Amino acid sequence: MSPRVTGAIAGRVLVQLRRDHRTLAMLLVLPVALQALLWWVYQDSPAIFDRIGPALLAIFPFFVMFLVTSVTTLRERSSGTLERLFTMPMQRLDFLLGYAAAFGLVAAVQAAVAVAVTVGLLGLDIMGPVWLLGVVAIADAVLGTALGLFVSAFARTEFQAVQFLPAVVVPQILLCGLIQPRDELPGILSFVSDLLPLSYAVDAMEHLSTSTGTGEVWADVAVVAGFALAALGLGAATLRRRTE
Amino acid sequence: MMAAMGGAHARPVIETSGLTVVRGGNTVLEGLDLRIGSGVTGLLGPSGCGKSTLLRSVVGVQRIESGTVTVLGEPGGTAPLRDRVGYMTQESSVYDDLSVTENLRFFARVLGVDAGAIDPVVATVDLERQRDQVVRNLSGGQRSRVGLAVALLGDPDLLVLDEPTVGLDPVLRRDLWDLFHRLAEDGTAVLISSHVMDEADRCDQLLLMREGRMLAHDTPAAVKEAAGADDIESAFLALVESGEDAA
Repeated sequence: MSPRVTGAIAGRVLVQLRRDHRTLAMLLVLPVALQALLWWVYQDSPAIFDRIGPALLAIFPFFVMFLVTSVTTLRERSSGTLERLFTMPMQRLDFLLGYAAAFGLVAAVQAAVAVAVTVGLLGLDIMGPVWLLGVVAIADAVLGTALGLFVSAFARTEFQAVQFLPAVVVPQILLCGLIQPRDELPGILSFVSDLLPLSYAVDAMEHLSTSTGTGEVWADVAVVAGFALAALGLGAATLRRRTE
Repeated sequence: MMAAMGGAHARPVIETSGLTVVRGGNTVLEGLDLRIGSGVTGLLGPSGCGKSTLLRSVVGVQRIESGTVTVLGEPGGTAPLRDRVGYMTQESSVYDDLSVTENLRFFARVLGVDAGAIDPVVATVDLERQRDQVVRNLSGGQRSRVGLAVALLGDPDLLVLDEPTVGLDPVLRRDLWDLFHRLAEDGTAVLISSHVMDEADRCDQLLLMREGRMLAHDTPAAVKEAAGADDIESAFLALVESGEDAA
């Protein structure tokens, strides 16, 4: 791989995002707005907000980055730009890391804004170190980016790419402990929940909100990072210099 | 005059041997043996005849069933060629949401070409006034010239252009063909596909293609003479019909 090419791709993705004000708003403002909505809904029962709020901090970066990456990389595949890049001195890893770096950076900003507002303004109680929330959010975002890259190989149109959202992301949201604590799920679903990466991201956020210990958080982050690496590997396998 | 430098007898720029490509169960190219020299070579044929597949094989992004492609003495698509071959697909292959210069700056970085190379290529494709416009807001012809400008970055030894002149106005088309010949005179081999037969006379060498096979490969004048036709369209028809008689 080449740092020059990786940097070029990351920089280019960021310039594209800067141009696209609506996507930028979705990345940075929407998570905060939804947290505020949730806070309003549970205005009279802050204990529920304290339980669901951290889970949402884990879900947003994953959800949004999955959506944005699957559509943007699909565009690269269908517009011929990926094919052009493959005729140039670019390796697959440069492409993957460039995207992961750009969206990881966006995720860091997103996490900083979301945490500042939910903890600072909306009064979400966090026992653990707040900066670690940011680390978890970045790991989540990279996971979303990696999975988005992977599924984009199986879509022919942007419309199809968006359909992966209910198929890949929503089941994880249902089983991650947001609606029902994971250990109270029926046996089989609890087992399935253990196999899904978002569960560990939400666990990490819940540990951070309920305890000052960081050991379990790091263990969860490691699992999320492992899933992200595996997804990047799968994504790399779908990026072929030579195609039919 | 140009025909002399386009001769396929010198060391070929592109050489294919038994090149076979299968897509979706259909054989698109079947055992193609080709030697393409310097100068401007036009690859002409109806849509769907395998032109793009051949060009993609040359730049190394096409999965090949069997056979070999050699470009500038190296196996097609290998690392030593990746900053020596400029390529443009039919879709122009540029980012719609970036400006002309942002596109060029990005591809220049990927190629490892100095940013100083950007202004000259913008001038070459005559987009100086549009340089800060977002590609999405450009006309189809301007967009395709952005794609061409990217292909020109780093002074490649070979340019592979898939239908770069389709849909352009006649003045622009003439200007682009003049540009291709200027580049060829400076030593860049140019391989251009087109489905518009009247572009044939602008090429030094002509490849007439139909259904994955070459009907003819010679100078435009020689192709017409051999087929006993006055224009390339008639020559194409004559070659198809004589081929069908033989079969």
